[in-house]
Amino acid sequence: MSGKKSLGRFLTENAVVILFLLITIAAIPSSGLSIQYILQEMITRLGRNTFLVLALILPIYAGMGLNFGMTLGAMSGQLGLILAINFNVGGVEGLAFAALLGTPVSVLMGYICGSVLNKAKGREMVTGYMLAFFINGIYQLVILYMMGAIFPIRSPAILLSRGYGIRNTLNLEGVRQSLDNLLMLRLGGYALPLATFIVIAVLCAFVIWFKKTKLGQDMRAVGHDMTVAESAGVPVDRTRIIAIIISTVLACYGQIIFLQNMGNMATYNAHDQTSFFAVAAILVGGASVKKASIPNVFIGVILLHVLFVVTPRAGQNLFGSAMIGEYFRQFIGYGVIALSLVLYAWRARKDALRAREGLRRASIAAAPEGAAK
Amino acid sequence: MGQQGPILSVEHVSKEFYGNVVLNDVCFELKAGEILGLVGENGAGKTTLMRILFGMPVIAETGGYKGRICLDGQEVRFSSPFDALDSGIGMVHQEFSLIPGFTTTENIVLNRESMRPSILNDVFGDRMSVLDRPDMRKRAEAAIAKLGVKLDPDLLISEMPVGHKQFTEIAREITRTKTRILVLDEPTAVLTESEAEVLLAALRNIAKLGIAIIFISHRLREVVDVADRVVVLRDGLAIKDLPVAGVSVRDIASWMVGRTVAADAVAGGEGREFGDELLKVEGLWVDMPGETVRDVSFSVRKGEILGFGGLAGQGKLGIPNGIMGLYPAGGSVGLRGKGVPLDSPRAALEAGMAFVSEDRRGVGLLLDESLDWNIAFTAMQVQGAYLRPILGGLFKIRDEAGMRKLTEEYVGALDIKCTSPKQKAKELSGGNQQKICLAKAFAVKPDLLFVSEPTRGIDVGAKKLVLDTLHRYNREYGTTIVMVSSELEELRAICDRIAIVDEGRIAGILPPTAELPEFGLLMSGLAARNAREAVNA
Amino acid sequence: MPKSTPNIKQFVTDFGWPRIIIFFFLALLFAAAPFVGVRMDASISDVFNRFGQNGLFVLALVPMIQSGCGLNFGLSIGIIAGLIGSTLSVQLGLIGFGGFFGAVALALPFAVLFGWVYGKLLNKVKGEEMTIAMYVGFAGVMFMCIMWLVLPYTSPTMVWGYAGKGLRTTITVEGFYRQVLNEFLAIRIGPNFVFPTGMLLFDGLCAYLLWLFMRTKTGTAMTAVGSNPDYARASGISVDRMRTTSVIISTVLGAVGIVVFQQSYGFIQLYTAPLAMPFAAVAAILIGGASVNKASMVNVLVGAFLFQGLLTMTPSVINSALHTDISEVVRLIVSNGIIIYALTRKTKVAK
Repeated sequence: MSGKKSLGRFLTENAVVILFLLITIAAIPSSGLSIQYILQEMITRLGRNTFLVLALILPIYAGMGLNFGMTLGAMSGQLGLILAINFNVGGVEGLAFAALLGTPVSVLMGYICGSVLNKAKGREMVTGYMLAFFINGIYQLVILYMMGAIFPIRSPAILLSRGYGIRNTLNLEGVRQSLDNLLMLRLGGYALPLATFIVIAVLCAFVIWFKKTKLGQDMRAVGHDMTVAESAGVPVDRTRIIAIIISTVLACYGQIIFLQNMGNMATYNAHDQTSFFAVAAILVGGASVKKASIPNVFIGVILLHVLFVVTPRAGQNLFGSAMIGEYFRQFIGYGVIALSLVLYAWRARKDALRAREGLRRASIAAAPEGAAK
Repeated sequence: MGQQGPILSVEHVSKEFYGNVVLNDVCFELKAGEILGLVGENGAGKTTLMRILFGMPVIAETGGYKGRICLDGQEVRFSSPFDALDSGIGMVHQEFSLIPGFTTTENIVLNRESMRPSILNDVFGDRMSVLDRPDMRKRAEAAIAKLGVKLDPDLLISEMPVGHKQFTEIAREITRTKTRILVLDEPTAVLTESEAEVLLAALRNIAKLGIAIIFISHRLREVVDVADRVVVLRDGLAIKDLPVAGVSVRDIASWMVGRTVAADAVAGGEGREFGDELLKVEGLWVDMPGETVRDVSFSVRKGEILGFGGLAGQGKLGIPNGIMGLYPAGGSVGLRGKGVPLDSPRAALEAGMAFVSEDRRGVGLLLDESLDWNIAFTAMQVQGAYLRPILGGLFKIRDEAGMRKLTEEYVGALDIKCTSPKQKAKELSGGNQQKICLAKAFAVKPDLLFVSEPTRGIDVGAKKLVLDTLHRYNREYGTTIVMVSSELEELRAICDRIAIVDEGRIAGILPPTAELPEFGLLMSGLAARNAREAVNA
Repeated sequence: MPKSTPNIKQFVTDFGWPRIIIFFFLALLFAAAPFVGVRMDASISDVFNRFGQNGLFVLALVPMIQSGCGLNFGLSIGIIAGLIGSTLSVQLGLIGFGGFFGAVALALPFAVLFGWVYGKLLNKVKGEEMTIAMYVGFAGVMFMCIMWLVLPYTSPTMVWGYAGKGLRTTITVEGFYRQVLNEFLAIRIGPNFVFPTGMLLFDGLCAYLLWLFMRTKTGTAMTAVGSNPDYARASGISVDRMRTTSVIISTVLGAVGIVVFQQSYGFIQLYTAPLAMPFAAVAAILIGGASVNKASMVNVLVGAFLFQGLLTMTPSVINSALHTDISEVVRLIVSNGIIIYALTRKTKVAK
């Protein structure tokens, strides 16, 4: 009886992961891709995306939901990369240089984002999303109109032919896969970008360690109950801002890692879907608006990206159109976000209801029947 | 108990809110290791006194207080609760201030966790220190041991019985190394009998450690059991301050409610004749948070005014809210012999009942809408009134003129001060808002009107007007009224019978002319205790 | 004089600085237009046209704001219903007014059905409506992308020529119902000014019907639900049913809105085109002075006019003046800025 119940509970709590696993398994054969190819793609994409997804953990921990404002960090990282190319700093040094320049920008962005979200408590997610759009406008204003016009650019090759504004696509030749190739391990036909994985491992260790600090505990307290935390003297607003700043800075580094692997950068669009893919990944991995862990990140990145690798081919083979696969994966991405949000909100309401029912039974039962009659 | 002088002395403290005196020259002292029972009716000034002691910002915002509060003979004036905490005053609130997803340990040491410095401290400050969980646990266990209760330090709060949550709160306050004074506001209200016993024993243990305790409770039996001294507040005055030894529950009850002016206010029990039974309620339970109704049965006759009194949190407010379908409820309710389904506000309204909620701004009004909306809305929705056909009867739209006329009628009849029927409800004063709520209820022309805390938060003049209005509608239109109020005086002024609700049950029904101590006794938790004993026996 | 100062202050706080700035910005654009060689008559004609094209989307947001569901970021659900209607209408070969009203009629059942499901969903997630609405909208659009490829449409105007199946990205409604409303009673002054009387009349009719509806018993209840759900419940209103009704109306208006848009614009835009449409509508109504939980017809009118004015005038004026295409960026900043402004404003009265 209780076994049945706990199985049911396991199924509902992991509905998204299980659903996804099933779709992925179903799609693999029809794609006709070899397991070897899929595994190699998986390794590459783990290295490319994991850091970005990890950036989402702390705001969830602090009760601020999915940080759609992480796009601000991605834009800071891109700014760093543009400057690295401008000053012609290549290799790992170039990445470090970009990160170094991106850090203060992303701290500032994180501070702005955190302050705005503090004014929109209870609707952080939609506000973060719109804020990303808004800052995108500012980003374009700076990169497209001010660079070369107001801010001097040393390397004319990255400017548009009209003399100001950065080109639509930037070749990141100097830094291309410099982190991945720093320690490339070749193992039985597979290429493992060890350095990238070490960076990710260090970040994981940081996240685990961070949760054990006082600040981490405060974030958890704020995430669980802002009022109680406030009355216990935890500086709630400040703690929330710090959570967002850390997330934004991590997103900045994450985007740099992502782009060095890609090798070129769509100056004005590269960040458009950063938060979409990261959020979809962490949710596919079984996280919710209130709960996320490191395993969620890895499971999510693997599942989502295997599906992404497989669907265009599966679409081509099944329906004779690669576009179907392309649309399907976007549908899956958006759908999974919507589904997890709905499931979460729905479950939260049910839990509250169940808790009240329990209370009612307890309090009514506390009074023996007919006592007052 | 080494210290001789009092650690806390409250000297001539007075406080008024907008000209309304709530504390008047209150004095008392508290010695180390002493347990002080603080009792008084709602509105007697307990909460305000504790707010002053605790440095709540609301006190300073409303003009501060007169008199002095001294700790160890030094005057203190706290500007925030954190100052009070730093000075060693801990408070256990009526509502739990715990994080459900945290363990007992984490809650006990919340924001005072044990830490080990880490390398990042120099750069980012103390908050980058690592938590020292073994030490946190040790401290929590020590606090639990001091209380002398059994608590699992690793259990999540959300999985605990209510009693353990209360212990966790107390443990949290006594782990503060500085805590010397502990204030407990109705700590036993949510506990079962046996849990309450354990709690009282724990309080005695804490007192032995030299911590002074202010124990606020309506369960006078517990006060007599545990306190060394009792202070009785009434209408802002500390009318009694004496050792508990030799004092009976009955004595305290009569001090609590006794009023000098009460006698002439009684106008109710004039031996009126009533019609047939209009409302019959049997075995009603209501799950209203903070106002649980456990088992209530009563009936109301046509033309009668029935009052429900009792202390806050005992369930009197749950009765009308449950019958009107606003909170989950069970039992049977019959109007004119016909059953009324619970959990459906519409059915209750259609049956001919109306309700003026105690939560005026939350439930009673559309604050952002105009007065005519507020008054006509319920009648429009339930009875289809104030609609007019247009486009040859294709649609029916709001009859703005009719609504305006209705509103003007009530503005005149109830003397509502407003600029026009189009004024927004949020712009009116509390008293006038209350009249709008009454007008809304009258506009559906109910057979039975529930009125909940009709005079809460409004000034004296408006209070009288509201009560007179109820009285007039009862006498002139024969509206049957069930009135729920924390103010015994106003119940005695207009009700024909008064039921006192205690711990979710009717402790007894008295005529308004009954002696005050009898009301006090019914509120003191004795009836519920007796009921439980009768069952256990 | 001392009495009027707090009134001005009150007005400024109520209306908000961002809106005032936008208003003056637009006024400035109009004032500057003649000096940089932008034709006023063409510009104004353009503003009217775009106002009419987009007005219904903005109007569609009103019911959900009023019922407390917030800004309908999932308006694309309604737009999808409209797209189904218009593609069916073209498939059936309906032309002229028959094509237009056929598209509307065919869209309605889908809009009602989608709105009903969508409303039920939003009732389950109270408090999180806006984020979820956005993603439900996105997911719906992407799902339909697949559907446009696989549904068995056959009309040669719509289907890719070389593949023989799958709908084109943009489908012309030339010869079906292009400009049927715009041309109806259109007033022409000079070569550059056309007043799209029919379209504005149709928009006006929709607005009038909604205005009437908001005044019926149900409409009144809907407003009360948004204003204070506890009050409404205590008055015997089913809060969930009112919310669902408002979502259905919003979805239906979105569906009609896209058909109106197509007849004026001349094309049916499929696939990912509906993704961004809700954001423009949301920005417009907020610029018009609506908040997350209160909106009126005046907000719609002012907002649609200001926003479309901005969209028309910024490219023409700024680009001619500065010789850059900075206007797109200005639009991004202005429209998203106003949405953030509205989201971060304290909306509830202190209880």
